[in-house]
Amino acid sequence: MSVLVYTESEQGKFKKTAFEAASYAKAVANQMGTTVTAVTINANDTSELGTYGVDKVLNITNGDLNTFNANAYASSIAQAAKKEDAKVVIVSSSADSKYLAPILAIGLDAGFASNVVEAPSSTSPFTVKRTAFTNKAFNMTTIDTDVKIVGVSKNAFGLVESNGNATVEDFSPTIPASGVKVESIDKATEKVTIADAEIVVSAGRGLKGPENWGMIEELADVLGAATACSKPVSDLGWRPHSEHVGQTGKPVASNLYIAIGISGAIQHLAGINASKVKVVINTDPEAPFFKAADYGIVGDAFEVVPKLIEKLKAFKAQNA
Amino acid sequence: MKILVCISHVPDTTSKINFADNDTKFDTNGVQFVINPNDEFGLTRAMWFKEKQGANVTVVNVGGPETEPTLRKALAIGADAAIRVNTEAKDGFQVAKELANVVTEGGYDLVIAGRESIDYNGGMVPGMLAALTNANFVTNCISLEVDGTNATATREIDGGKETVSTSLPLVIGGQKGLVEESDLRIPNMRGIMMARKKPLSIVEPTNASTETSTVKFEKPAPKGAVTLVDADNIDELINLLHNEAKAI
Repeated sequence: MSVLVYTESEQGKFKKTAFEAASYAKAVANQMGTTVTAVTINANDTSELGTYGVDKVLNITNGDLNTFNANAYASSIAQAAKKEDAKVVIVSSSADSKYLAPILAIGLDAGFASNVVEAPSSTSPFTVKRTAFTNKAFNMTTIDTDVKIVGVSKNAFGLVESNGNATVEDFSPTIPASGVKVESIDKATEKVTIADAEIVVSAGRGLKGPENWGMIEELADVLGAATACSKPVSDLGWRPHSEHVGQTGKPVASNLYIAIGISGAIQHLAGINASKVKVVINTDPEAPFFKAADYGIVGDAFEVVPKLIEKLKAFKAQNA
Repeated sequence: MKILVCISHVPDTTSKINFADNDTKFDTNGVQFVINPNDEFGLTRAMWFKEKQGANVTVVNVGGPETEPTLRKALAIGADAAIRVNTEAKDGFQVAKELANVVTEGGYDLVIAGRESIDYNGGMVPGMLAALTNANFVTNCISLEVDGTNATATREIDGGKETVSTSLPLVIGGQKGLVEESDLRIPNMRGIMMARKKPLSIVEPTNASTETSTVKFEKPAPKGAVTLVDADNIDELINLLHNEAKAI
């Protein structure tokens, strides 16, 4: 009857979203008076999970699962859920978890609520708050099936530490054959990704041309941030599509979002609204972004950003 | 190749979002509806398969009669036929079930849906549909090639991309990248005229069950005013971000 959480790892190491999912699972388990079981796939060290409320780990080690496969992973998690008789299964909102969750839902005959931002307001009926209309609204949704799947939004519930130790049990699910085979993976390992970044530095058409992105990259470097851009910038080919954030691009849910030379079209704001603290730098005091931001500087990016880089370097040196 | 493109009928991206009936329903008053952007990239890619590989393209929507102009627009862009499943679905599972029925009846080789709709953002219909019809599935898809019954697709992953080989029958959760923004087509007059003569069939629902229900909607709390910092006082911004916002 425990709450099952899929704690995702990459190269054997847990992602922050895994700990966030575990923290969420713990909150649900507390509400329901039960325990948390985590299922891990090829993770190196499961001891950290106890810190985030996990009581028991089902540890899967299988060479066939070295590259992600949505069907194989969903099936493994479903088998773990059945073994534990779990009524609630928690997953994160990473690209891979979003890929496998609907397949898992069909496999478990479970209702699925994605983009959930708070612990359930009640567990009977099971009611959660999720974002809808690309962060322009929330909807309170009940999951009416016996088994429930919750996809937890990134950076919404947060990390909650508790002092616990998880017991570890090896688990060997049957891996189904899959019709989707990974041929190649192209991933910049040295760069912070928009999905995982605590800070995102984003720039728009105000930068006037792709040749001016050097200072944006430098600012991101100083902050350990990911770089992003507005839709017009990606449409113009100044920056790759993978950096486009907004309603039809990537969603951003960072701690800090710095928008430089972005006016703040409604579609852009919707996509980045889940970020906690928003800073805007723009020459136009009437730019809509000033209504959405927490802090703003009315000024020319070409003057403000170099100064900001210099001051931040000094700040970092002092606070190192 | 028979292609089915799933079309969600959604509020235009610039719409102000409001709710009616004690916040239990989306307020459609004054809202312009469009083809879900993620679906439009898929539809445009389907047009490419039609023109280069002779594919037959059907579009489908699960919804009431008010969604027909959106389906007609897809026909004007170039789809051969449209299907509307006549029900106002309550959740993604119900939509997936109805679509699975259409896919099974029509024997489609390739189903292209958007990775998510921009209204409910459930992101579950393509995956559920693939699981219900035992088809292969690739989501967040940014490139797709089909050769006979083999397919090569690229999907966006966190921090990069991944290329996979797979085969038909296949369900795709598409997004920008499947085609470029500049490839999107605006229907011309000839397309609009022809669309009027193309078949739009109405299918009665199977009365699939639902698994989740929306209790109510909420709008985010109004935000406080922005704190403006002088462009000559960057130290103050750093101070605020460090001590007040605790973001650096």
